[in-house]
Amino acid sequence: MSLREREPCAGAKVRIEAFSFFYPGGHAALRDVTLAIACNSILGIVGPSSSGKSTLLRCLNRMSDFAHGTSHDGRILLDGEDIHGSQVEPPDLRRRIGMVFDTPVPLPRSIYDNIAYGPRLHGVRERSRLDELVESSLRAAILWDEVKDRLGSSALRLSGGQQQRLCIARTIALDPEVILLDEPCSGLDPISTLKIEEALSELKERFTIVLVTNNTKQAARVSDEVAYFLMGELVEHGPAQQIFTVPRDRRTDDYISGRFG
Amino acid sequence: MKRLMHPDLAQRVIKALLILVTAFTLSILIFIITYLLLKGLPVFSREFFTGHAIDMGRAGGIFPFIVSTVFLTGVALAIATPLGVGTAIYLTEYTRESRLTRVIRFAAECLAGVPSIILGLFGFVTFVLYLHLGWSIISGGLTMAIMVLPTIIRTSEEAILAVPHAQREVSYSLGGTRWQTVIHVVLPGALPGILTGIMLSIGRCIGETAAVIFTAGSSLMPPTTVLDSGRTLAVHFYILAREGISTEMAFGTAAVLMISILTINVTAYGLMHRMMRRFS
Amino acid sequence: MNTKRRGERAVELSLTLIAVSSVAILFIITFFIFKEGLPFILEVGPGKMLFALDWAPTKGKFGLLPMIVGSLLATGGALLIGVPLGLSCAIFLVEFSKPRVRRVLKPAIELLAGIPSVVYGFLGVVFLVPLIRTHLGGPGLSLLAGALILGVMILPTVISISIDALEAVPRSYREGSLALGATTAQTVTHVVIPAARSGIVTAVILGMGRAIGETMAVIMVTGNALDLPGSPLAPIRTLTSNIALELGYAAGNHQKALFATGVILFVMIMILNLAATATSRRRAR
Repeated sequence: MSLREREPCAGAKVRIEAFSFFYPGGHAALRDVTLAIACNSILGIVGPSSSGKSTLLRCLNRMSDFAHGTSHDGRILLDGEDIHGSQVEPPDLRRRIGMVFDTPVPLPRSIYDNIAYGPRLHGVRERSRLDELVESSLRAAILWDEVKDRLGSSALRLSGGQQQRLCIARTIALDPEVILLDEPCSGLDPISTLKIEEALSELKERFTIVLVTNNTKQAARVSDEVAYFLMGELVEHGPAQQIFTVPRDRRTDDYISGRFG
Repeated sequence: MKRLMHPDLAQRVIKALLILVTAFTLSILIFIITYLLLKGLPVFSREFFTGHAIDMGRAGGIFPFIVSTVFLTGVALAIATPLGVGTAIYLTEYTRESRLTRVIRFAAECLAGVPSIILGLFGFVTFVLYLHLGWSIISGGLTMAIMVLPTIIRTSEEAILAVPHAQREVSYSLGGTRWQTVIHVVLPGALPGILTGIMLSIGRCIGETAAVIFTAGSSLMPPTTVLDSGRTLAVHFYILAREGISTEMAFGTAAVLMISILTINVTAYGLMHRMMRRFS
Repeated sequence: MNTKRRGERAVELSLTLIAVSSVAILFIITFFIFKEGLPFILEVGPGKMLFALDWAPTKGKFGLLPMIVGSLLATGGALLIGVPLGLSCAIFLVEFSKPRVRRVLKPAIELLAGIPSVVYGFLGVVFLVPLIRTHLGGPGLSLLAGALILGVMILPTVISISIDALEAVPRSYREGSLALGATTAQTVTHVVIPAARSGIVTAVILGMGRAIGETMAVIMVTGNALDLPGSPLAPIRTLTSNIALELGYAAGNHQKALFATGVILFVMIMILNLAATATSRRRAR
């Protein structure tokens, strides 16, 4: 009902090819990153602060366009298409690649209107359709039972953890293909964190998920693949199991084991 | 350093002086309001508010002037609001700080500093004469629109900048375009501040004389179209006072002016404070 | 998808046009005033206009000196009254009063700004002028009356900008001074005011701009005489009054002369605005 027909995902959903990103003045925030993100999987991106993790995320849905004076090298492909291609409209791209930020940002309106905001932006008007979308998104974010009786109340009244799940639901309502999460659990209590991690595990069946996290334990719990970034460089990536037990690179080992970062 | 008196004593003296001065300043305000109300309120009557002016304003009512004032203010704001809010949106959402934005802001600030009589002069020559609009509500409205434009730009800009950036990011990340984000996130959030600016401008339009008298004229009849001349309350008050026509009616008109402007300004500031509390 | 893009472009273009319109308006106003006034100044001769004493436009005499002097004296007087009063209020509100008091008083003072100038003028005529006439002599309609009224009118401007300037001084400055044993008054005099100096200068300059541009109240209380004032009790006429009094019936050269008056006024105020922007930019640094 809410899922639109889309082509089955094959191989890599997102390919990052020799991608570099430069701030005005030439300093490289990301250097020569090559990475493939598999369909319906969770990629955990870890690394100390200022390693370029959030920058990479913002490049994936071209939120980086809003930073003036920046430039990039290399390509990022979504289903084989260059996201910087001349035919690509960033708003359309962002509909396919959704984002959840590190602090929950509910819009100052009702829970219902928060979720319906995205679909309404793209022309969905029928009440019944919106009702469907709101319910299915809230269920997918594991928030429905907690708010189903007060969809009309202000989203600002929810707790931090609930607000973040609201933000996830808001992103899901657009039925994206990829969901980017930038340290979504920072500042949340352990219960909320657990609920979100639980939601993510279920969501990967529908979406491809990229999760940036400062918490290596969380990455270990949730991710299928893990990528370790250090100072703008992709040091190592591989199955979570492997990265956290027998990392190939010395630097990865230092970070994982807490000797560094 | 020579000491004329002990610092603590000096402080107490200074503090006392300052309190005196502040009390004096406030008493001026209180005096103005009380005196006008005292002399003006007795003039209020049904006839006063609904009747037409009789005998050049010596008797009768101020109804036509209320109509002119409302009409002129409406025209002025209908023109200035889209221009002002549009400029504010452009400066905040569509450009970065650049020479162009600085020039626009400087122009707006200069415009704010132009004396009302110069605007009256300009309005008279441009709208009344050059464009053949004659003394009319539209001439006055255009002139007043120019006068309040800087206020609307400034307050709208502040209000728009106060909307948290994160909310814009949410809208963009959901695939919203810039304009969609402005309409659905920024403007609703900035609305209280924008309304404050509009209300302050309304207060300005009601109280303005120099720019209005030379553009909207001083007809005693209520205007029916924008091309009709109309005498606003402030102009009527000025004429009554200067020509010495009727002190009683003058006080009544002054009281109406004061009450409406004060009410509007108080509401405007109330709105502004409520908005500030919301974000802190 | 193309229509969305085109729609966005159209919006951006319209907004650009709207934004540039405020610049355009200022430009048009300046252009018009100068176009009508400047040639006339040049025709009559700037020396003759700025320094001659006779203003009789129907007889070909365009001396603006009395009005220029009138404007300067009225403004100067307004500043003499408004700045000390205003600054004192601002200092009291920021340095010596409790926040609760300030929260009530500051908006109350800002309300003073909303009172129309004609009301000030009227009250001036009803109270101030007779008072001056009875107790000090002269016709009452005078430079003194004008300066007093203008002084009160610029109070809200001077006070609120001075308050901003004083509040902008970092708390650490005050704390440093107090920690050394100074009283609040000493701190204010020796530390805060010097630090807030350029903001206070801005307040004064903006107050000056308001005073020099004021018309209605001045017309009502200054007597509008065409001679140079011999004392503060003598009547004066300002540049603004000059325009307002005669615009209604001026034609031909007379009208051009009024534009010339406008040009001079305009130039004086533009200079003040630039000075205010320059000082406040220095404050930011």
